[in-house]
Amino acid sequence: MEYFGYKGLLASMLRDVGVEPGDFIRITRGDGFTIEGVLMPRYSGGDEPIIVLKLRNGYNVGVRIRGGETIEKAGRVERGEPGAPVPLVEELEVGDKRVFVLGCGGTVASRVDYETGAVKPYLSPEELALSVPEMFKYTSIDVEQLFAVLSEDMKPWMWHKIVEGVARAISMGYDGVVVTHGTDTMSYTAAALSFAFHRGLPVPIAMTGSQRSSDRPSSDAAFNLVSATLVASKAPFAEVAVVMHGESGDTYALVHRGVRVRKMHSSRRDAFQSVNARPLARVWPREGRIEMLEEKFRVRGSELLQVDNGFDEKVALIKHFPGPISEVIDTLVDRGFHGIVVEGTGFGHVSSDAIDSIRRAVESGIPVVAATQTVFGRVNLNVYSTGRKMLEVGVIPVEDMLAEVAYVKLSWVLARTRDMGEVRSLMLSNLAGEISGRHDVKLYPRWDV
Amino acid sequence: MSETKIDYESLGLKVGLEIHQQLDVGRKLFCKCPAILEEGESVSITRYLRPTRSELGDVDPAALFEWRRGRFYEYQSPIKSSCLVEADEEPPHGVNHDALAVAIAVAMTLNSHVFDEIHVMRKVVIDGSNTSGFQRTALIAVGGWLEVNGRRIPIETICLEEDAARKVGEEGAKVVYRLDRLGIPLIEIATAPVIGSPEEARDVALAIGRFLRLTGRVKRGLGTIRQDLNVSIRGGAKTEIKGVQRLELIPKVVHYEVLRQLNLLKVRDELKRRGLREEDITLDPVELTGLLRESKSRVLRRALDSGGVILGLKLPRMKGLLGFEVAPGKRFGSEIADYVRFWSGAGGLIHSDELPGYGISFEELQAIYKALRASPESDAFIIVADDRGRALKALASAVERVKAAFKGVPEETRAANEDGTTRYMRPRPGAARMYPETDIPPVNVTEDLLREAEKIKPEPLNVKLERLTLKHGLSRELALEALSDPRLDLIEKLIEKHHEKIPASVIASIFIVTLRGLKGKGVDVEAIPDERIEELAEAIARGVVAKEAAETILEEAAKNPEKSVDSIIETLGLKTVTEEEAIKIIDETIKANMEEVKAKGHKAAGLIMGRVMEKLRGKMDGRKVSELVKKRLEHHLHPSPEKR
Repeated sequence: MEYFGYKGLLASMLRDVGVEPGDFIRITRGDGFTIEGVLMPRYSGGDEPIIVLKLRNGYNVGVRIRGGETIEKAGRVERGEPGAPVPLVEELEVGDKRVFVLGCGGTVASRVDYETGAVKPYLSPEELALSVPEMFKYTSIDVEQLFAVLSEDMKPWMWHKIVEGVARAISMGYDGVVVTHGTDTMSYTAAALSFAFHRGLPVPIAMTGSQRSSDRPSSDAAFNLVSATLVASKAPFAEVAVVMHGESGDTYALVHRGVRVRKMHSSRRDAFQSVNARPLARVWPREGRIEMLEEKFRVRGSELLQVDNGFDEKVALIKHFPGPISEVIDTLVDRGFHGIVVEGTGFGHVSSDAIDSIRRAVESGIPVVAATQTVFGRVNLNVYSTGRKMLEVGVIPVEDMLAEVAYVKLSWVLARTRDMGEVRSLMLSNLAGEISGRHDVKLYPRWDV
Repeated sequence: MSETKIDYESLGLKVGLEIHQQLDVGRKLFCKCPAILEEGESVSITRYLRPTRSELGDVDPAALFEWRRGRFYEYQSPIKSSCLVEADEEPPHGVNHDALAVAIAVAMTLNSHVFDEIHVMRKVVIDGSNTSGFQRTALIAVGGWLEVNGRRIPIETICLEEDAARKVGEEGAKVVYRLDRLGIPLIEIATAPVIGSPEEARDVALAIGRFLRLTGRVKRGLGTIRQDLNVSIRGGAKTEIKGVQRLELIPKVVHYEVLRQLNLLKVRDELKRRGLREEDITLDPVELTGLLRESKSRVLRRALDSGGVILGLKLPRMKGLLGFEVAPGKRFGSEIADYVRFWSGAGGLIHSDELPGYGISFEELQAIYKALRASPESDAFIIVADDRGRALKALASAVERVKAAFKGVPEETRAANEDGTTRYMRPRPGAARMYPETDIPPVNVTEDLLREAEKIKPEPLNVKLERLTLKHGLSRELALEALSDPRLDLIEKLIEKHHEKIPASVIASIFIVTLRGLKGKGVDVEAIPDERIEELAEAIARGVVAKEAAETILEEAAKNPEKSVDSIIETLGLKTVTEEEAIKIIDETIKANMEEVKAKGHKAAGLIMGRVMEKLRGKMDGRKVSELVKKRLEHHLHPSPEKR
């Protein structure tokens, strides 16, 4: 039986002595060596019989129990009750706009437990006002924590909830909405919001998150949040956007269109980049400045709110690989998937021996969409014979749409129609800026060498 | 300041040392970057650090203060010696295995208890010297001792941690750091606070430094070892003094700190004697801007011209106390000023005990007393000229510091100055803000790791001494010198390598005689890379150059550390000459001085030798030259018939 992460004999030993994390304990070894510290829960480290102590000097150490040691309780650490947070500014300035912050994961304001290292996220207007007072400079803030979900656990049904939450806030007259989100799947949710609000959006929806968690002094959470708040309250456009660090330093953020953005780095602050498009705007949160980089955008206040919500859960996004890709497609068809997006090679190809599997899928009423795994560039199935065969069997080549966006879009489309013709037509129509007809020569990031 | 001898023991002096030494294991502690300092190309990154909130809702006051005043940091990220880990753009990698093995070896040698599982922690730092806002540090071992001057000095803790970024500039609210140094592995050895005299503190630091060098796995040179001291006397407080870089300074720093604490206690006693209480010190600032608007004082002018104000604060019955010297050149007023500078960001303050001065006239002084309703006979005052917000904060912090004087010595972290005095740095951190580094899994100290560390354990000094004297024939004196030389590992390596061709004493002398001689002449011998000394020994062993040339070559190597010894020999023309070439030179010299040779006969040898050596110094062994000179003189004085 496990005991606060301790296993086996050690677990029963600790239980017998009657000590639990937070207790001061003393371990005396057979040779007389004694060590005292606060018993810590065992988070990691496997099955080794090691007790983790936090010593009086603050360090954690592991002490192996070999048998022959005595463990005694030596007291309990008195800890204060969590109180009101100390404000970072003496006087809070509050702007005259109203912004709604919808929490969907990712840490924004948090407290760190210096004993255990545990980080507790807080998302209340009070905590935000005291921890990130800068965001109030432009606007008053209301907050709702919708759910706190790990990025990788985000599901299409949650997109539906998020759309509802955002729509509610907009209909209540807020000047903009900030959606906080884990960064790993933020671009999927951004695309989902983009399609759900493509018919009518009066105010900006700014998604943001953090690449360095908010328990550390160097966290990017506050910077991103202030930038997103600035966009939500003041931007001249009404679009779904991702607002994150524009470079490694804390100088400016970039605003990316929700259907054109991709996380391009596993850890950097400036991981988010626009693909096959330029960022919409650049934001200096300290100066409160927004610089438009794109001339064409949906103007704030020019549309009435119109929501088209709902997503199909049974859509797959797969990647072509040199192995037996046809077996993957067959399996998806047999398992009753409603649609498949294939990240093909280069122009969007899959191997010619998978053509029959694709034909079978399309004939079973399962649309197969081709995007490209090159990330940048446009799909073209006319250049080579394999591509032409793919077209013959009914593959839908989605131009310069990102594969992840094609996946979200197919999920959204399939929730409205299963008719192959209508699916094709919707997939190939530019609804939210996800498809563009021309790429100028500079529309591609390159090494500055 | 009385210069009478201080009886440290009766004062209850207790000094503890924290020695930070960079390890030389090639790579950094948490990434694969080479552990080198680099001046080349770098990318600039601007960052801010925010105070983080504890479970209880509070934040570190010093961190909050830095943030409120808009402190920001420019990080220079050199391409070769720093990566995304230092830029805080990628999680740390696992602990450098070699660094861990060295730290464990050091702990084992010091008889310390090594823990079975090592946990890396985050220690919050507020000065921006770590891009993450915390320093990563792990406690490796506790306990143990080191013998110094026949006394066992207990060791408290041995930690392995990352070095901080290198501060290269400061400009207003911006501090510039370079990331090459960030992440270089450091071992931190902390002694118990049992050291009883300034000299003993130095000796212990010296002994730990020497001991660490015995491992052969530590870096050398300026900035690779740093000493922090904590100093207290009975009735005083524990003061942490950071960043003493030179060992010679340690006794002075300790001495001055003892004086400072003694004098602060005297200030406390005097405050009591005058019947003052903390409540008598109140924050009642008086506006003096109008009064001093026409002042000729440059300090005041500067503030007024940039739209600032002048505020004054009366300190009742404190006349003479602000001018009271607490350490050489440091008055109680300077203590307050240091504190005020840190907590308000104001440039400083002026106090009544230094007036008239600063261009403030006698009339103005009288007017200030009057405006503050203060008596020139018994009261003191402080004035601050700055923008209103800062000036108010400055006076508030001054009040805080004066109130603290009623209790005696405040607990502080101070920074060492070059002259051995110290300045206020920040309050001593309360409960250490230390929490687990969750990005790095704990490291199990396995039997394999312990065996590996066992191999790195430095040999005891007496074993080394025996080998140098008995096996290599060094004199005991030279061997002892070698043992305390910073490049001991290199001396040993070269003696082993060249023992067939060069006597050990010649190798040892390069370090102990030649290098130290050059250092005495002011040559920057630390700039000479080990590589050059290795090349020099090689050249001597190959007979390319005479050992006499060592000084010239090394002096040149100090100036041009990039230049190989071969090319130094080439440019300076130090190549050894053949016997034939030498004879030619000797013959020419004899011929040129034939008259004297004829007059003095064999006694002319000294003169000829002198002239010849001018040309052959460093190119041929002196004894050999002398031998040849004698031979050739004989030849010229008594030519053998058959040659005629």
